[in-house]
Amino acid sequence: MNTKKKNQQKKETDFDYKFGFSMPEKSVHRTQKGLTPKIIEEISHYKKEPVWMKDFRLKAYQHFIDRPMPSWGAYLKDIDFENITYFLRATEKQMDSWEDLPQEIRETYDRIGVPEAEKNFLAGVSAQYESEVVYESVNKELSKKGVLFCDMDTALKKYTDIVKKYFGTLIPPNDNKFAALNSAVWSGGSFVYIPKGVKVSLPLQAYFRINAESFGQFERTLIIAEEGSEVHYIEGCTAPVYRTQSLHSAVVEIFAHPRSRVRYTTVQNWSNNIYNLVTKRARAEENALVEWIDCNIGSKVTMKYPAVVLAGKGARGEVLSIALAGKGQHQDTGAKMIHLAPETTSKVISKSISKDGGRNSYRGLVSIAPGARGAKAYTSCDALLLDSLSRSDTYPDIQNRNPEATTEHEATVEKIGEETLHYLQTRGLREEEARGLIVNGFIEPIVKEIPLEYSVELNRLIHMEMEGSIG
Amino acid sequence: MLTLNHYTVTADKKQILNNISHTFNSGIHLIMGPNGSGKSTFALSLSGSPEFSLDPTSSAVLGEQELLSLKPYKRAQKGLFVSFQSPPSLSGVTVFGMLRTALHGKVEAFDLKKSIESYAQELAIPKELLSRSLNEGFSGGERKKMELLQMAILKPRCAILDEIDTGVDRDALRSMTSFLKKLQSDIPTIIIITHRTSFAKELTADSVTIFKNGSLLVSGDFSLAQDIDTHGYEHFH
Repeated sequence: MNTKKKNQQKKETDFDYKFGFSMPEKSVHRTQKGLTPKIIEEISHYKKEPVWMKDFRLKAYQHFIDRPMPSWGAYLKDIDFENITYFLRATEKQMDSWEDLPQEIRETYDRIGVPEAEKNFLAGVSAQYESEVVYESVNKELSKKGVLFCDMDTALKKYTDIVKKYFGTLIPPNDNKFAALNSAVWSGGSFVYIPKGVKVSLPLQAYFRINAESFGQFERTLIIAEEGSEVHYIEGCTAPVYRTQSLHSAVVEIFAHPRSRVRYTTVQNWSNNIYNLVTKRARAEENALVEWIDCNIGSKVTMKYPAVVLAGKGARGEVLSIALAGKGQHQDTGAKMIHLAPETTSKVISKSISKDGGRNSYRGLVSIAPGARGAKAYTSCDALLLDSLSRSDTYPDIQNRNPEATTEHEATVEKIGEETLHYLQTRGLREEEARGLIVNGFIEPIVKEIPLEYSVELNRLIHMEMEGSIG
Repeated sequence: MLTLNHYTVTADKKQILNNISHTFNSGIHLIMGPNGSGKSTFALSLSGSPEFSLDPTSSAVLGEQELLSLKPYKRAQKGLFVSFQSPPSLSGVTVFGMLRTALHGKVEAFDLKKSIESYAQELAIPKELLSRSLNEGFSGGERKKMELLQMAILKPRCAILDEIDTGVDRDALRSMTSFLKKLQSDIPTIIIITHRTSFAKELTADSVTIFKNGSLLVSGDFSLAQDIDTHGYEHFH
């Protein structure tokens, strides 16, 4: 009786994508597996790119080859670079409307809920299917205001000058091995340009999917917010489950000019065999504000440390992150705050949940330059362990070179108390419901910063993860 | 109606409650006794706390339902409510969020919100506490009131309230007693574990039961409370 009920419950909460729902792959163009300069030239040629971009890619490739595998973080030695397809084009050309999309891609999106999200008054949808943006609709209002929102490949063609001015300047190809890899083979991603003084009140969003086995996704995102402008960009990721390992290595660069505000929200649910190695960095000029909201659920390994370079006086940076690590998963995440100018402030709030032997590592850097008079940096890391098999570590690195700057670091580790679990059960909650409620409460300070439909999805994902953790 | 038979509880191999057989009929009942007599163990073990083990001959029947074979949440769903002496705080969870999960959709969210607000008003719970993390930074009195509020929403068949009056100031106590009296029509059996003999009169208790050294010593009408007042527990053997 009990089990039957439980199964019934499971059916109601287990959406298809818990098990993955990959559509038959129908790619029009793909490179052969592995990476050589010839393949890079092929990608660049196929995309009809300017020569400077081809050179950029080839130079980056050399950095990628020269750099050793980073050994300081998560275990990466199982990544087989020879067994990855670096470029794959899903449809021949960009589609302007939903109806133009191939049936199977529409079905996949229907399951993730792109149209619903769009219906729900979101400003623009730019959905990435496999390595290229195939569907995109930018609200007419935005175009009128001069907002540019398109995929990166289109931006390279249409807005070459802006792209050339910023691309790869904040995260140069030699920044790290995976930024180098992305720079060499990037495809797709979003380009966002907000003109001076323009405030985009509704979030811009993009969905990302990986849908070809052993296929890496290397999208590249560039956001430029001119003086006094405001924008909120959201990426939501879900991926179907595959048997072999897959690599996702993105690069996101944000330029926040004086007095601008940029918020970048990620709600991510990669399948449990994906290496998610992402470099995200923002530069905040005078009195600008950059906020990274980063929710990491799923993947085999995630290494991601959103950074804000606080370059102008009074600039502010925030990272709010949630990481959930289950069986066989390692979330090595954190934040970097680089205070270069006076009176800059930063805040990092990190919440991690580890269960079924999962591992979370918080890796943070707070660096205060000698000239950053009056800078303030606050870091808080809270870890919740659901069982004794799971693990949580904190590696904070604080380098304060200005005696007038203040830094604060708080860290807590808690286990769900037997008493609290029992308390909730005496109110009629099943044990897994009680755990779910406690976990949702734990991350609530961050979830409340996320737009409603994403927070609903996030809570649902976490609930599913919790249900799964009870045998 | 709650009926106990040969109710025997041990924790860490130490017997705490010894062979208690008693029936609590409809009405308000007080359980009294010196500290360490096993009163809280009685409440917690009935709720199914994993801290305790019960002798296999023990039985506790609520209505027709044997409780002891059920998991804690099932006991709650079958109509048992046990309040905590010091309810834990729940970060990021409001009383609404918790009760909504507890009720499994049996009450519409909107109606639930309305009833929470109206009970809160009756109990003089400041409205802002409803939107805060449950019990986090709450005073002793506020926590106890929140327990009563949850009880009122869950409408159990039998509620066991463990020292609901300790750490509560006079005004709060007054609103709690009138609240309990009013709820009598909704909750057939209310068992209050307390040191406060005046509850017998204030709540017009139907019975007073005395626990001592893990045994049920005596059970009688509210006049027993007066005896305790005059003679103390030493008087009872």
